[in-house]
Amino acid sequence: MSATAGEHGVAQPREMWTGQVGFILSAIGSAVGLGNIWRFPGVAYENGGGAFLIPYLVALVTAGIPILFLDYALGHRFRGAAPTAFRRLGGGRLKWLESLGWFQVMICFVIALYYTVVIAWAASYFVFSFDLRWGDDTAGFLVGDYLQVGDPGFSFTFVPAVLIPLVIIWVAAIVVLAFGVARGVQRINVIFLPLLVVAFAALVVRSLFLDGAADGLNALFTPDFSALADPNVWIAAYSQIFFSLSIAFGIMITYASYRRRRSNLTTPGLVVAFANSSFEILAGIGVFATLGFFAFEQGVDIAELEGLTGVGLSFITFPAIVSQMPGGPIFGVLFFGSLAMAGFTSLLSVLQVVSAGFQEKFGLTPRQAATRVGIVSMVLSVLLFSTTTGLIALDTVDNWANNIGIVLSAVLAGIFAFWVLRKGPELRYHLNAVSTFRVGGVWTVLAGVLAPIILGYMLIQRIASLIVEGYAGYPDWYLAVMGWGTVAFFVVAALVLTGIRWRRSPDAFRPWPPLPDRMLQADATAPKEGGRS
Amino acid sequence: MTGTAIFFLVLAIVLVWGGFTVSVLALSRRPDRHDFPPGGVDDHREDVGPVERDT
Repeated sequence: MSATAGEHGVAQPREMWTGQVGFILSAIGSAVGLGNIWRFPGVAYENGGGAFLIPYLVALVTAGIPILFLDYALGHRFRGAAPTAFRRLGGGRLKWLESLGWFQVMICFVIALYYTVVIAWAASYFVFSFDLRWGDDTAGFLVGDYLQVGDPGFSFTFVPAVLIPLVIIWVAAIVVLAFGVARGVQRINVIFLPLLVVAFAALVVRSLFLDGAADGLNALFTPDFSALADPNVWIAAYSQIFFSLSIAFGIMITYASYRRRRSNLTTPGLVVAFANSSFEILAGIGVFATLGFFAFEQGVDIAELEGLTGVGLSFITFPAIVSQMPGGPIFGVLFFGSLAMAGFTSLLSVLQVVSAGFQEKFGLTPRQAATRVGIVSMVLSVLLFSTTTGLIALDTVDNWANNIGIVLSAVLAGIFAFWVLRKGPELRYHLNAVSTFRVGGVWTVLAGVLAPIILGYMLIQRIASLIVEGYAGYPDWYLAVMGWGTVAFFVVAALVLTGIRWRRSPDAFRPWPPLPDRMLQADATAPKEGGRS
Repeated sequence: MTGTAIFFLVLAIVLVWGGFTVSVLALSRRPDRHDFPPGGVDDHREDVGPVERDT
């Protein structure tokens, strides 16, 4: 059993969810985040409308769920956060595979720095909703009055309206993490997830009765089958599934490691995956019904609207809609409250990855890790993202952390687990030994071959695009520092942390269940590509 | 709404929410295996577990 040193230097058993429901709600809380609300509807609309359903479901079944199962298998079999799990996966010869785990931890560390900021914006707009403080010019309010955005660069001119809610969010997150997995993370998810569903469902019902709602839904669900011939539409579907499910950057590895050994993995995984997609469909209906109302009020077509995804949708378009809507403040409260809750439960999962990694490596208690990691993160987050250059820094770091960092991490995990170490059969055996939904050999093909190929293609395409075209018109020096510099930070920090001595070695570990004799014999006769622990 | 859009709206709901419903029903019908391999019993802990001394 992986153990952390207690306050008196003795080993304590690993933290655990209180049960299956607690785990499932926490995993859904992690997966359902800002992207479900502000990304999916616009991506679906721009990539074939109703026809997007086809590549979306294909991506869910062929990549999303298989990689989710891979994460579950790694975390549950090797009983640790990403660094521990990858070190144990690597076994005797490839202990340094721990560095891939730290690479994932560092991605989470950086994402947490700016994800908190967006939650702080949502919390601010939740308050602004009561008196529609953004006025008539919502873009001008966001960029000028609220964020006070300057030119790309580094500024130490802090924006108090961002800084204050940001610190509050950080303190709240640190307190929750300090309470541990069951009494902190799980408890918040058990409260927030039902609240989120009720609040967002109320928003959707209201949106369906707005003038023009049917036009919005027409725009979203009318299929454009010609889009299916465009490879970029398929890439968009795989990207949406991949980024939405919280896979391949340590979260699901860490969450699965807190399950009891005798725990069902795959069927709860299906529940989590379909719940995440269900919320995306719900968000699509709510967002486009609302956009239909906005287009109706403006007397324009949906296609003429701007700001249909991301920050623009949430903080420019939606406030403008709320201002025009009967009972707008209530709608605004529901929308920004949902955004803040969805973001906060996802933030907890991202931070738990960092906290768990440091707990295991340095023998810290959850409270020690939460306060130390949390305070350092809070300071960095405030310095980088609560200033007049915060929005540009956020946009840049987010693009590189997601499109390069997470995708690279997924490709490497697939290559090492399936191709180098040839652990596919062992991981599949683990899933089937504890789960009620059995996975066949096709899982090995999907997670070990198809997913790395598609993600590898996405990665190469994105790298080429960023090198040739740059990003968002920002200066090259800025992209070198904040974009590529972020990836360089992941690599350097991962190597440094791997080189540091463990407080308690994780290597004396025997995975459960042990492999049956037939698999051990087959393994003994196979070419020794990578050692087995 | 047009008939085509309604069809795809319903299809999305049936496939995705249907998948969710079926997986929830499957889980509630059979939450865990009854034939786990031997071993694999954890020390109980829900965050504040009893202090375990290595023996």
